[in-house]
Amino acid sequence: MSTLEVKNLHVTIEGKKILKGVNLVMHTGEIHAIMGPNGTGKSTLSETIMGNPAYKVTQGEIFLDGKDILKMPVDERARAGLFLAMQYPAEIPGITNAEFIRGAINARRPQDDQLPIRQFLKDLDQAMEVLDMTEEMAERHLNEGFSGGEKKRNEILQLMMIKPKFAILDEIDSGLDIDALKVVSRGVNQMRGPEFGSLIITHYQRLLNYIVPDVVHVMMDGRIVKQGGPELAKKLEDEGYAGLRDELGLDIKLVDEDA
Amino acid sequence: MADTTKASMLGLGGEYKYGFKDDIQPILTTGEGLSEDTVRQISAAKNEPDWMLDFRLKAFACYRKMAMPDFGPDLSAIDLEHINYFRRDSQHVARKWEDVPSEIKNTFDRLGVPEAERKYLAGSSAQYESEVVYHNMREDFEKQGIVFMDTDSAVQEYPELVRQYFGKLIPPSDNKFAALNSAVWSGGTFIYVPKGVQTKVPIQSYFRINAGNSGQFERTLIIVDEGGSVNYVEGCTAPNYSEDSLHAAVVEVNVLKDAYCRYTTIQNWSNNVYSLETKRAQALENGTMEWVDGNLGSKVTMKYPSVYLNGQGAHGTMLSIAFAGKNIDSDTGARMIHNAKNTSSSIVSKSLCKDGGKADYRGKVRFGPKSDGSKSHVECDTIILDEQSSSDTIPVNQVKNGDVSMEHEAKVSKISEEQLYYLMSRGIPEDKATEMIIMGFVEPFTKELPMEYAVELNRLIEFQMEGSVG
Repeated sequence: MSTLEVKNLHVTIEGKKILKGVNLVMHTGEIHAIMGPNGTGKSTLSETIMGNPAYKVTQGEIFLDGKDILKMPVDERARAGLFLAMQYPAEIPGITNAEFIRGAINARRPQDDQLPIRQFLKDLDQAMEVLDMTEEMAERHLNEGFSGGEKKRNEILQLMMIKPKFAILDEIDSGLDIDALKVVSRGVNQMRGPEFGSLIITHYQRLLNYIVPDVVHVMMDGRIVKQGGPELAKKLEDEGYAGLRDELGLDIKLVDEDA
Repeated sequence: MADTTKASMLGLGGEYKYGFKDDIQPILTTGEGLSEDTVRQISAAKNEPDWMLDFRLKAFACYRKMAMPDFGPDLSAIDLEHINYFRRDSQHVARKWEDVPSEIKNTFDRLGVPEAERKYLAGSSAQYESEVVYHNMREDFEKQGIVFMDTDSAVQEYPELVRQYFGKLIPPSDNKFAALNSAVWSGGTFIYVPKGVQTKVPIQSYFRINAGNSGQFERTLIIVDEGGSVNYVEGCTAPNYSEDSLHAAVVEVNVLKDAYCRYTTIQNWSNNVYSLETKRAQALENGTMEWVDGNLGSKVTMKYPSVYLNGQGAHGTMLSIAFAGKNIDSDTGARMIHNAKNTSSSIVSKSLCKDGGKADYRGKVRFGPKSDGSKSHVECDTIILDEQSSSDTIPVNQVKNGDVSMEHEAKVSKISEEQLYYLMSRGIPEDKATEMIIMGFVEPFTKELPMEYAVELNRLIEFQMEGSVG
């Protein structure tokens, strides 16, 4: 079992304080969801865990299996077992999807034990079938000209192929219709098991009908303000973030809230 | 950047991959330096007809009068007095591989020429020093009437055809190095494709400079007769010598009515070579000329392949990449000259520079008075990999007709942080991720190459990119 631990994390971006002391512990075998209104720091938390150099940690620590990862560059963190399914994946012309995924897998393996191409293609075919992706998607250039839905599927395809210890899914449901949402959830659910943990970032409860979380965290104004089981997500759906804020007696202005 | 990283970057590319040489005693050489006598000697050694000797002598007179180019890279270090203008290693052209002298064969073996031939190519003509020593052509080519031989042999065997086209697109007076080539040229490829004959498989020639201090002045002439088509591939690689070498080729391509020619070059000269080439094509009515041109090595490269669109509906394209590493000044581009109605052209130029390399694009598009309804599209993309390197785009547009359209896009960028982060977030180390982005950048070029060349080019770029990340 692996453990990911975020301790009193403070993060600024371009001088602005975004995270103000986040604490979180999760283990493989668990699915956690982080919900929260817009502009509350959810994506900042994911990018910071992954190691995006644009986010500056001013205080706090992040441990993977007891090892401080804050000093590690993003590629090292990835090889240590972290994965981030991004909201806006980059487009890279001239490199095929298959070439890229194979490169990512082989980056984790020693030079003298690279994944045989036949095995790779077999695995890739299987994963693509789960995600209802057509074969030509493997030969297209990485994310170039992909629709929003295709990009999300492609993120999950990488997740399934790379098999990380912990996957952070940053609003994987945004812009997906209900059918695509089911397909993407099928991919994530197939990963579920004792060797895999996931942190799902979402605005809406809808995704959590398909990927049922073990723990739900609610984030507001750069902190986690409440934790609970799947029922917490349902409650939020009914009462809204403002309802929870008022119940907790927090003095926070929600971005989307009318003045 | 840490000092150690910087040091390792500076050391990069110091060893040239194909930097081996063979010890071959030339059978005949004119020695260093150039005079009218040298020109006569060369012509006599080749037993040339008088018209060719005249052509050479006039060119030599022209060469003496002409000044060095007044633009582009510094050429002052070329010592034209100490160049060996002609040497012959093998007295006759060999058709069969077994007949090729063994030392020369070794060199080609190490470069992989025989494999290349076996797998993909229809015929092979490999130039060693100033003369073609290995020459092969598939039987079905001969049956179709395709002529593919070294230009010296063509002068003997097809004098009328050669005389009709030789030096017509590029007269000796065009520039100093075209004049020099015209005076002392030796070797090069001659191709004639008869009317209506279409070759499917690429024809290749492999060039190589071997001895230091020895210039190479190939002369290539291609004629694709009406409705014919040909795809010619030329690859160059040279061993590493401390003395500067000069390579001044002249290439003339005639694409007649409804004909098609693609001319692909990959040039990987060692980093002491001055490559100053003049390449020009004309396309007649509905003819298509495509240049595919990759430049990786050399000390200085000046090369602006052009297409004279002389017939209605003619089409010309240029697709190029330049990779300028340490101590490389690459001044390349293309020229599209629209002289007839409804002609079209496209130029796609991709450059990369690093370790202080300089990769400039110098291009020209001209719409003549009779070019009604013509159009041109120019795209220049550059990635600059470090602060020491530089790139300029120098386009010249001349429009003498109101009914034409012209687009020009130029983009100079660094490696995108966003792309790098994305690749690295999947566990790919920074150097590998950078290399991937570069490979993707040049992919529009590599995908146009025959497979083995694409593989080789990728390998060469990989080699150039090693240790490029600080």
